[in-house]
Amino acid sequence: MDLASAKMIGAGLACIALVGAGIGIGNVFAALINALARNPAAQVTPFAFLGFALAEATGLFGLAIAFLILFVF
Amino acid sequence: MALELHPLEQFKTAKLIPIHIGGIDASFTNASLFMCLAVVVASALVILGARRRDLVPGRWQSIAEVSYEFIAKMIDDNVGHEGRQYFPFLFTLFMFVLFGNLLGLTPYGYVFTGQIIVTFALAVVVFIGVTLIGIIRHGFRFLSFFVPHGVPFVLLIILVPIEVLSYFIRPFTLSIRLFANMMAGHTMLAIFGGFVAVLGIAGILPLSVDVLLIFLELLVAVLQAYVFTILSCLYLRDAIHLH
Repeated sequence: MDLASAKMIGAGLACIALVGAGIGIGNVFAALINALARNPAAQVTPFAFLGFALAEATGLFGLAIAFLILFVF
Repeated sequence: MALELHPLEQFKTAKLIPIHIGGIDASFTNASLFMCLAVVVASALVILGARRRDLVPGRWQSIAEVSYEFIAKMIDDNVGHEGRQYFPFLFTLFMFVLFGNLLGLTPYGYVFTGQIIVTFALAVVVFIGVTLIGIIRHGFRFLSFFVPHGVPFVLLIILVPIEVLSYFIRPFTLSIRLFANMMAGHTMLAIFGGFVAVLGIAGILPLSVDVLLIFLELLVAVLQAYVFTILSCLYLRDAIHLH
Protein backbone atom coordinates (compact mmCIF):
# COMPACT_ATOMS: atom_id res chain seq x y z
CA MET A 1 0.00 0.00 0.00
CA ASP A 2 1.45 3.36 -0.95
CA LEU A 3 1.55 6.38 1.36
CA ALA A 4 -1.24 8.36 -0.32
CA SER A 5 -3.84 5.61 0.07
CA ALA A 6 -2.69 4.93 3.63
CA LYS A 7 -3.29 8.62 4.40
CA MET A 8 -6.79 8.46 2.92
CA ILE A 9 -7.66 5.36 4.99
CA GLY A 10 -6.16 6.91 8.11
CA ALA A 11 -8.17 10.10 7.69
CA GLY A 12 -11.33 8.06 7.20
CA LEU A 13 -10.60 6.07 10.36
CA ALA A 14 -9.99 9.28 12.32
CA CYS A 15 -13.47 10.47 11.35
CA ILE A 16 -14.98 7.55 13.33
CA ALA A 17 -14.49 9.83 16.34
CA LEU A 18 -17.47 11.83 15.07
CA VAL A 19 -19.78 8.89 15.95
CA GLY A 20 -19.25 9.69 19.60
CA ALA A 21 -19.91 13.38 19.06
CA GLY A 22 -23.13 12.56 17.22
CA ILE A 23 -24.36 10.31 20.04
CA GLY A 24 -23.33 12.91 22.62
CA ILE A 25 -25.06 15.84 20.92
CA GLY A 26 -28.17 13.73 20.36
CA ASN A 27 -28.21 12.80 24.04
CA VAL A 28 -27.79 16.42 25.12
CA PHE A 29 -30.71 17.70 23.07
CA ALA A 30 -32.90 14.68 23.83
CA ALA A 31 -32.41 15.40 27.51
CA LEU A 32 -33.12 19.09 26.93
CA ILE A 33 -36.41 18.33 25.14
CA ASN A 34 -37.32 15.87 27.91
CA ALA A 35 -36.63 18.44 30.59
CA LEU A 36 -38.52 21.23 28.83
CA ALA A 37 -41.48 18.95 28.10
CA ARG A 38 -41.77 17.97 31.74
CA ASN A 39 -41.16 21.43 33.13
CA PRO A 40 -41.35 24.25 30.57
CA ALA A 41 -40.11 26.73 33.19
CA ALA A 42 -36.81 24.84 33.68
CA GLN A 43 -33.78 27.11 33.13
CA VAL A 44 -31.56 24.45 31.57
CA THR A 45 -30.98 25.72 28.02
CA PRO A 46 -27.58 27.37 28.80
CA PHE A 47 -26.35 24.10 30.30
CA ALA A 48 -27.57 22.23 27.23
CA PHE A 49 -25.54 24.48 24.97
CA LEU A 50 -22.52 24.08 27.22
CA GLY A 51 -22.95 20.31 26.93
CA PHE A 52 -23.40 20.61 23.18
CA ALA A 53 -20.15 22.55 22.83
CA LEU A 54 -18.22 20.12 25.01
CA ALA A 55 -19.57 17.06 23.18
CA GLU A 56 -18.96 18.61 19.78
CA ALA A 57 -15.37 19.48 20.71
CA THR A 58 -14.46 15.84 21.42
CA GLY A 59 -15.59 14.83 17.93
CA LEU A 60 -13.74 17.76 16.40
CA PHE A 61 -10.49 16.50 17.94
CA GLY A 62 -10.87 13.49 15.64
CA LEU A 63 -11.84 15.64 12.67
CA ALA A 64 -8.82 17.89 13.27
CA ILE A 65 -6.58 14.81 13.26
CA ALA A 66 -8.16 13.73 9.96
CA PHE A 67 -7.43 17.14 8.42
CA LEU A 68 -3.88 17.07 9.74
CA ILE A 69 -3.30 13.62 8.22
CA LEU A 70 -4.78 14.69 4.88
CA PHE A 71 -3.23 18.12 4.42
CA VAL A 72 -0.15 18.48 6.63
CA PHE A 73 1.85 15.24 6.51
CA MET B 1 -4.97 16.92 -3.92
CA ALA B 2 -7.39 17.97 -6.63
CA LEU B 3 -8.35 21.14 -4.79
CA GLU B 4 -6.92 24.31 -6.30
CA LEU B 5 -6.48 26.13 -3.00
CA HIS B 6 -4.93 24.30 -0.09
CA PRO B 7 -7.53 24.27 2.72
CA LEU B 8 -4.92 24.93 5.39
CA GLU B 9 -3.46 27.87 3.45
CA GLN B 10 -5.67 30.24 5.47
CA PHE B 11 -3.84 29.45 8.71
CA LYS B 12 -0.43 30.48 7.37
CA THR B 13 1.04 33.49 9.14
CA ALA B 14 2.41 36.16 6.83
CA LYS B 15 5.00 38.66 8.10
CA LEU B 16 3.66 42.16 7.55
CA ILE B 17 6.43 44.08 9.33
CA PRO B 18 9.57 41.99 9.97
CA ILE B 19 11.08 42.73 13.39
CA HIS B 20 14.09 40.88 14.76
CA ILE B 21 15.19 41.54 18.33
CA GLY B 22 18.38 39.66 19.12
CA GLY B 23 17.88 36.16 17.75
CA ILE B 24 14.13 36.29 18.32
CA ASP B 25 11.72 36.69 15.43
CA ALA B 26 9.14 39.14 16.78
CA SER B 27 7.66 40.11 13.41
CA PHE B 28 4.27 41.79 13.17
CA THR B 29 2.22 39.11 11.38
CA ASN B 30 -1.36 38.97 10.15
CA ALA B 31 -2.16 37.10 13.39
CA SER B 32 -0.84 40.09 15.37
CA LEU B 33 -2.86 42.41 13.13
CA PHE B 34 -6.10 40.55 13.85
CA MET B 35 -5.32 40.38 17.58
CA CYS B 36 -4.93 44.16 17.57
CA LEU B 37 -8.16 44.45 15.56
CA ALA B 38 -10.01 42.26 18.07
CA VAL B 39 -8.77 44.43 20.93
CA VAL B 40 -9.72 47.64 19.08
CA VAL B 41 -13.20 46.43 18.09
CA ALA B 42 -14.00 45.01 21.53
CA SER B 43 -12.74 48.14 23.30
CA ALA B 44 -14.59 50.44 20.89
CA LEU B 45 -17.82 48.50 21.38
CA VAL B 46 -17.69 48.73 25.17
CA ILE B 47 -16.18 52.23 25.52
CA LEU B 48 -18.40 53.90 22.92
CA GLY B 49 -21.39 51.94 24.20
CA ALA B 50 -20.85 53.13 27.75
CA ARG B 51 -20.12 56.76 26.79
CA ARG B 52 -23.72 57.96 26.65
CA ARG B 53 -25.37 56.66 29.78
CA ASP B 54 -29.05 56.90 28.88
CA LEU B 55 -31.69 55.51 31.20
CA VAL B 56 -33.27 53.81 28.18
CA PRO B 57 -30.27 52.27 26.36
CA GLY B 58 -29.83 52.63 22.63
CA ARG B 59 -28.49 49.88 20.41
CA TRP B 60 -24.80 50.39 21.21
CA GLN B 61 -25.39 50.84 24.90
CA SER B 62 -27.53 47.67 24.94
CA ILE B 63 -24.74 45.60 23.42
CA ALA B 64 -22.26 46.85 26.02
CA GLU B 65 -24.74 46.30 28.85
CA VAL B 66 -25.82 42.85 27.68
CA SER B 67 -22.24 41.60 27.37
CA TYR B 68 -21.39 43.07 30.78
CA GLU B 69 -24.40 41.49 32.47
CA PHE B 70 -23.81 38.17 30.69
CA ILE B 71 -20.34 37.75 32.18
CA ALA B 72 -21.34 39.24 35.55
CA LYS B 73 -24.19 36.71 35.85
CA MET B 74 -21.91 33.87 34.73
CA ILE B 75 -19.42 34.72 37.50
CA ASP B 76 -22.15 35.13 40.12
CA ASP B 77 -23.72 31.79 39.22
CA ASN B 78 -20.53 29.77 38.92
CA VAL B 79 -17.96 31.33 41.23
CA GLY B 80 -20.07 33.20 43.75
CA HIS B 81 -19.56 36.64 45.23
CA GLU B 82 -15.80 36.22 45.74
CA GLY B 83 -15.41 35.90 41.99
CA ARG B 84 -16.46 39.50 41.34
CA GLN B 85 -12.91 40.84 41.74
CA TYR B 86 -11.80 38.69 38.76
CA PHE B 87 -14.53 40.14 36.52
CA PRO B 88 -12.18 42.41 34.49
CA PHE B 89 -9.94 39.51 33.49
CA LEU B 90 -12.77 37.14 32.58
CA PHE B 91 -14.63 39.86 30.65
CA THR B 92 -11.48 40.72 28.69
CA LEU B 93 -10.84 37.04 28.01
CA PHE B 94 -14.40 36.54 26.73
CA MET B 95 -14.37 39.61 24.47
CA PHE B 96 -10.90 38.80 23.09
CA VAL B 97 -11.78 35.21 22.19
CA LEU B 98 -15.24 36.19 20.92
CA PHE B 99 -13.96 38.89 18.56
CA GLY B 100 -11.04 36.69 17.54
CA ASN B 101 -13.55 34.03 16.46
CA LEU B 102 -15.96 36.48 14.82
CA LEU B 103 -13.30 38.48 12.94
CA GLY B 104 -12.00 35.18 11.60
CA LEU B 105 -15.34 34.65 9.87
CA THR B 106 -15.20 37.94 7.94
CA PRO B 107 -14.06 37.72 4.29
CA TYR B 108 -10.25 37.76 4.04
CA GLY B 109 -10.21 37.48 7.82
CA TYR B 110 -7.58 35.56 9.73
CA VAL B 111 -8.62 33.41 12.66
CA PHE B 112 -5.86 33.70 15.26
CA THR B 113 -7.78 31.45 17.68
CA GLY B 114 -7.16 28.70 15.11
CA GLN B 115 -3.47 28.79 16.09
CA ILE B 116 -2.67 26.30 18.84
CA ILE B 117 0.01 28.57 20.31
CA VAL B 118 -2.45 31.45 20.82
CA THR B 119 -5.08 29.36 22.58
CA PHE B 120 -2.41 27.51 24.55
CA ALA B 121 -0.93 30.78 25.79
CA LEU B 122 -4.39 31.97 26.88
CA ALA B 123 -5.11 28.65 28.62
CA VAL B 124 -1.72 28.63 30.39
CA VAL B 125 -2.34 32.18 31.66
CA VAL B 126 -5.70 31.03 33.08
CA PHE B 127 -4.16 27.87 34.56
CA ILE B 128 -1.21 29.59 36.26
CA GLY B 129 -3.38 32.44 37.49
CA VAL B 130 -6.00 30.10 38.95
CA THR B 131 -3.35 27.91 40.62
CA LEU B 132 -1.68 30.97 42.16
CA ILE B 133 -5.05 32.22 43.45
CA GLY B 134 -5.67 28.83 45.05
CA ILE B 135 -2.23 28.72 46.67
CA ILE B 136 -2.44 32.32 47.93
CA ARG B 137 -5.95 31.80 49.36
CA HIS B 138 -5.43 28.41 50.96
CA GLY B 139 -1.67 28.01 51.29
CA PHE B 140 -0.66 24.44 52.00
CA ARG B 141 -4.31 23.35 52.27
CA PHE B 142 -4.61 23.78 48.50
CA LEU B 143 -3.11 20.28 48.16
CA SER B 144 -6.29 18.85 49.74
CA PHE B 145 -7.91 19.70 46.38
CA PHE B 146 -6.30 16.54 45.00
CA VAL B 147 -7.71 14.31 47.76
CA PRO B 148 -11.41 13.45 47.30
CA HIS B 149 -13.50 13.40 50.48
CA GLY B 150 -14.85 10.21 52.06
CA VAL B 151 -12.86 7.75 49.99
CA PRO B 152 -11.16 4.64 51.50
CA PHE B 153 -7.39 4.94 51.81
CA VAL B 154 -6.71 2.12 49.32
CA LEU B 155 -8.63 3.90 46.59
CA LEU B 156 -6.75 7.15 47.26
CA ILE B 157 -3.57 5.54 45.91
CA ILE B 158 -5.30 5.34 42.53
CA LEU B 159 -7.48 8.45 42.76
CA VAL B 160 -4.89 11.03 43.79
CA PRO B 161 -2.65 10.51 40.72
CA ILE B 162 -5.77 10.68 38.52
CA GLU B 163 -6.86 13.94 40.18
CA VAL B 164 -3.37 15.41 39.79
CA LEU B 165 -3.22 14.34 36.14
CA SER B 166 -6.67 15.71 35.38
CA TYR B 167 -5.66 19.00 37.00
CA PHE B 168 -2.48 19.39 34.98
CA ILE B 169 -4.16 18.36 31.73
CA ARG B 170 -6.59 21.30 31.99
CA PRO B 171 -4.61 23.88 29.98
CA PHE B 172 -4.22 21.34 27.17
CA THR B 173 -7.91 20.41 26.93
CA LEU B 174 -8.94 24.06 27.28
CA SER B 175 -6.66 25.19 24.46
CA ILE B 176 -7.18 22.21 22.14
CA ARG B 177 -10.97 22.54 22.42
CA LEU B 178 -10.96 26.12 21.10
CA PHE B 179 -8.20 25.48 18.55
CA ALA B 180 -9.79 22.31 17.13
CA ASN B 181 -13.20 23.95 16.81
CA MET B 182 -11.92 26.96 14.91
CA MET B 183 -9.43 24.95 12.83
CA ALA B 184 -11.92 22.23 11.84
CA GLY B 185 -14.68 24.71 11.07
CA HIS B 186 -12.56 26.95 8.86
CA THR B 187 -10.96 23.98 7.09
CA MET B 188 -14.41 22.56 6.37
CA LEU B 189 -15.52 25.91 4.90
CA ALA B 190 -12.41 25.99 2.72
CA ILE B 191 -12.88 22.38 1.54
CA PHE B 192 -16.48 22.95 0.49
CA GLY B 193 -15.44 26.30 -1.00
CA GLY B 194 -12.84 24.45 -3.07
CA PHE B 195 -15.55 22.28 -4.66
CA VAL B 196 -17.66 25.25 -5.82
CA ALA B 197 -15.57 26.36 -8.79
CA VAL B 198 -14.58 22.79 -9.80
CA LEU B 199 -18.14 21.46 -10.10
CA GLY B 200 -19.47 24.22 -12.38
CA ILE B 201 -23.27 24.54 -12.25
CA ALA B 202 -23.51 21.74 -9.66
CA GLY B 203 -21.31 23.95 -7.48
CA ILE B 204 -24.51 25.44 -6.11
CA LEU B 205 -24.68 22.41 -3.80
CA PRO B 206 -21.38 22.92 -1.94
CA LEU B 207 -22.10 26.67 -1.98
CA SER B 208 -25.37 26.14 -0.10
CA VAL B 209 -23.58 23.80 2.31
CA ASP B 210 -21.07 26.62 2.90
CA VAL B 211 -23.88 29.10 3.58
CA LEU B 212 -25.37 26.76 6.20
CA LEU B 213 -21.91 26.07 7.64
CA ILE B 214 -21.35 29.80 8.12
CA PHE B 215 -24.40 29.87 10.42
CA LEU B 216 -23.04 26.88 12.35
CA GLU B 217 -19.66 28.59 12.57
CA LEU B 218 -21.27 31.78 13.92
CA LEU B 219 -22.94 29.67 16.62
CA VAL B 220 -19.68 27.84 17.34
CA ALA B 221 -17.70 31.10 17.48
CA VAL B 222 -19.96 32.54 20.19
CA LEU B 223 -20.36 29.19 21.95
CA GLN B 224 -16.65 28.46 22.15
CA ALA B 225 -15.91 31.92 23.59
CA TYR B 226 -18.65 31.19 26.15
CA VAL B 227 -17.25 27.72 26.89
CA PHE B 228 -13.70 29.03 27.27
CA THR B 229 -14.88 31.66 29.76
CA ILE B 230 -17.24 29.41 31.72
CA LEU B 231 -14.56 26.73 32.09
CA SER B 232 -12.17 29.40 33.38
CA CYS B 233 -14.94 30.35 35.84
CA LEU B 234 -15.29 26.73 36.98
CA TYR B 235 -11.53 26.38 37.46
CA LEU B 236 -11.59 29.61 39.45
CA ARG B 237 -14.39 28.22 41.62
CA ASP B 238 -12.35 25.09 42.31
CA ALA B 239 -9.42 27.26 43.39
CA ILE B 240 -11.53 29.49 45.63
CA HIS B 241 -13.83 26.90 47.23
CA LEU B 242 -11.68 23.71 46.96
CA HIS B 243 -14.51 21.38 45.74
